[in-house]
Amino acid sequence: MSLSAKDKEIVKAFWAKVSGRADNIGGDAVARMLTVYPQTKTYFSHWKDLSPSSAPVRKHGGMVAATITDAVNKIDDLAGSLLTLSELHAFTLRVDPANFKILAQNILVVLATMFPVDFTPEVHMALDKFLAALARALSVKYR
Amino acid sequence: MVVWTDFERTTIQDIFSKINYAVVGQAAFSRCLIVYPWTQRYFGQFGNLYNAAAIASNPKVAAHGKVIMEALEKAVKDMDNIKATYAELSALHSEKLQVDPDNFMLLGDCLTIVVASQLGKNFTAEVHAAFQKFLAVVVSSLRRQYY
Repeated sequence: MSLSAKDKEIVKAFWAKVSGRADNIGGDAVARMLTVYPQTKTYFSHWKDLSPSSAPVRKHGGMVAATITDAVNKIDDLAGSLLTLSELHAFTLRVDPANFKILAQNILVVLATMFPVDFTPEVHMALDKFLAALARALSVKYR
Repeated sequence: MVVWTDFERTTIQDIFSKINYAVVGQAAFSRCLIVYPWTQRYFGQFGNLYNAAAIASNPKVAAHGKVIMEALEKAVKDMDNIKATYAELSALHSEKLQVDPDNFMLLGDCLTIVVASQLGKNFTAEVHAAFQKFLAVVVSSLRRQYY
């Protein structure tokens, strides 16, 4: 399930359209993930406030969004561009990679709520593949 | 035993009272066949599923989408008995249709996306959580008769 040239085109075009709201997208996705899949909260016990509007949640959402924007720009070398983040997640954070899929689904749901017309099945598939590729790149250093 | 909060019950019933089964069913089911094309393996008799445009305009896909929503409505109408409601459907999917149960949540995820796009900002994290819980119970009930 690798990214075709067409997938990359679709991802770049769609992200260009929505990147103005990237911070909101990231923040909403993280907040939503913590509410809908409460087991993900176990990774954030060091945050005092896990509510959707809290500063750490919004900040983390912003970081996720910035990483996605960066990854879109380096879409031809995801493993390379995410190497440091992969090491962080593998050795320090030790997030079970199954959770990458969960966050990805929440990102897609947020995009559906914000961009119902543009988030067509073709865009949905390309983004789903892209986020899966991102997750794979993040998992590279795990073992 | 599934315990539903008042908020969860009201939310699920509210969502299903608002959506058009034909529209949402067609949108969710066709999206599943497009985004997760391996799910097409169960629908060889549906005719042309060759590309997204064909799937989106396929009348058998649309009809089946509506069937799925009507089946979900059974669970909405009796939320305390979802396991019993789906016992027969579970056996059907396992023994006759031989559907890999991992596919159930793929359809569930697409349905979530379609409902999210319809409700927009009203599909809050709390509403989403209630919907996800409902789908998890439905999927678990559909998986029960597999052996």
